[in-house]
Amino acid sequence: MIYFSFHYILFRTVVMGFRSLWLHRLRSFLTMLGVVFGVASVIAMLAVGEGASYVAQEQIRKLGSRNIIIRSVKPPLEQRASVERSRAIEYGIKREDAVRIRNSIPNVEVIVPNRIIRDIVWNNRWRIDAQIVGTVSWFHQMRKLSVIEGRYFTEREVDEVKNVCVLSVSSFRALFPMGSALYQSIRIGSSYYKVIGIIEDEDTSANIQPSSSSGILLGPQERELSKERVGQSEERISALKPKSILAPPASYKIYIPISCAQKRFGETLIRRSAGSFEAERVELHEIITVVDSEERVEEVAKIVEDIFQKNHKQRDYEIVVPLELLRQAQKTKQIFNLVLGTIAGISLLVGGIGIMNIMLATVTERTREIGIRRALGAKKRDIVIQFLVEAVIMSGTGGIFGIILGFLIPEIITYFSSMPTIIQFWSPLIAFGISAGVGILFGIYPAFRAANMDPIEALRHE
Amino acid sequence: MSEEIIELKGVKKLYKLGKLEVPALRGIDLKINRGEFVCIMGPSGCGKSTLLNILGCLDRPSEGRCLLNGEDVAELDDDTLSEIRCNYLGFVFQSYNLIPQLSVVENIEIPLYYQGVSPKDSRRKAILLAERVGLGDRLDHKPMELSGGQQQRVGIARALVNDPLLILADEPTGNLDSASGKEIMSVFKELHASGKTIVLVTHDENIARYAERIVKLKDGLIETDERI
Repeated sequence: MIYFSFHYILFRTVVMGFRSLWLHRLRSFLTMLGVVFGVASVIAMLAVGEGASYVAQEQIRKLGSRNIIIRSVKPPLEQRASVERSRAIEYGIKREDAVRIRNSIPNVEVIVPNRIIRDIVWNNRWRIDAQIVGTVSWFHQMRKLSVIEGRYFTEREVDEVKNVCVLSVSSFRALFPMGSALYQSIRIGSSYYKVIGIIEDEDTSANIQPSSSSGILLGPQERELSKERVGQSEERISALKPKSILAPPASYKIYIPISCAQKRFGETLIRRSAGSFEAERVELHEIITVVDSEERVEEVAKIVEDIFQKNHKQRDYEIVVPLELLRQAQKTKQIFNLVLGTIAGISLLVGGIGIMNIMLATVTERTREIGIRRALGAKKRDIVIQFLVEAVIMSGTGGIFGIILGFLIPEIITYFSSMPTIIQFWSPLIAFGISAGVGILFGIYPAFRAANMDPIEALRHE
Repeated sequence: MSEEIIELKGVKKLYKLGKLEVPALRGIDLKINRGEFVCIMGPSGCGKSTLLNILGCLDRPSEGRCLLNGEDVAELDDDTLSEIRCNYLGFVFQSYNLIPQLSVVENIEIPLYYQGVSPKDSRRKAILLAERVGLGDRLDHKPMELSGGQQQRVGIARALVNDPLLILADEPTGNLDSASGKEIMSVFKELHASGKTIVLVTHDENIARYAERIVKLKDGLIETDERI
């Protein structure tokens, strides 16, 4: 008839715990609320933090984790209010910097954004409204475009600002319907260019980069022309353009050396203010070095830095390593999570104190019951378990509701503020674990206080 | 039938009130045999509650030996004392001491609960005992819904549920009117007839008459110990 089995005791203790909590429904519910909000805020805060840092990391990741971005920066001017009221300054990345990086670091691609200008191109009576692309000499390799006839222009031709051009197949067909184009001259704007080669059309549907890491590596014309720059080229041209001409298919492309594009279509920023005149000349605004693997990014970044330091007298460039930014963002996120988690943890602590408070009150209130149970054979351990189970039931139930609420709050935040929130799979687990732990931690003292009562005194308690 | 269940030898109990030491028991020698119905009497403050607490393994003597079924209670630890209470003793209290939120049958079950008896078995046994004390139709009532006499019957059923070696009753009729008191005492009489060992504390002469042996205490000492 007598089975000393622990699970009967535990099972009954749990049932009994639920019953005596149910007896004081309002009190138990209010106590639980503390844990509910604590757990919910842990989950919600972590979700918000995770979402915010996800956005930041995503932005950085868009820059490309294998990329090193080098930008031209206007160096600080020392004698600003000097005698010379007008001057021209030249700063920033040079084409030779790009060549240098390309030549001295293996397995690295240097991407130089193109100048793209729309203009009308003439070959005698044939004309097309084409995109004139100012590029570097390795552009076709970068884009993996094969040369069909002739050749691409060389670095030397770029340096010497030669009026040469390479036609895409479609623009070749439009301009030279009658046959060969090599070594013929075509007119772009007001100057003549010699056709030295024909290359295949770019696949415009998928503007894929050689690095394939992201879509914004090659700065299209929007970025090339900032609002500040005086648009001597495009605006003028588009004003002159006959309205009847249909917008060209993107494949009408003509490639010219980037130096030509800059020279013929302007690269100088002129600022006039109250009688003074200032001209800035920047050869390249931005270049991107694509490293073949993430592991080498930092190493390459250092070499790039060295190259620039050696060749630039002043710091007229900045080097941005997205991978480093990403790591910093991750570190920031950790701190962010820690702070938010701590704040939420404090509310959980408050909830725990609430439980302890109620459990102490319960123990005092039920002193007599404790005495009876002790007299009838309950060990101290049984009493400890009884009250601990009640505390854990409260915090555990609170935890479950807290998790539900914790899943709802981020949804609501996302719905109303369109701020992304991410609930990590482990955060409800942790929150529930903590809430159960809070129950044990804050239940232990009242439970031991109950167990250590003198049964005789407890029986006499009114 | 003269097997000794309890043997007290020179039991003393001192209570410390600040610096003052108040002796509650000053050297008790007592033997109780199996099947006896002993009544402990005496004016209030004579130490009868203290004696009952020691017999009930709720308290330890300051001095002397208290052998329960041959084991010295004074030397056992708290958990073992709990086990003894759980397996060998049954308590009936003056104020019934039922747990208000539990039903009749659940109150009766409590000692089995701490023995680890399966819910099914303990429920069966509790119902059996409730029926035996005449509460078979009140199983699911709460103590507050019962009369004093009925509550005390629940208390007795609870004291019997673990088949105790010894039933300790502390003024079981103290809170009852004389009619219900008589009823309760007839239950005790029945129990005694069925061979249970009972120690009953009272200051009521009428109650004491149900017993077969009366031990009178005075100032912490046994004054008389006579069999009727």
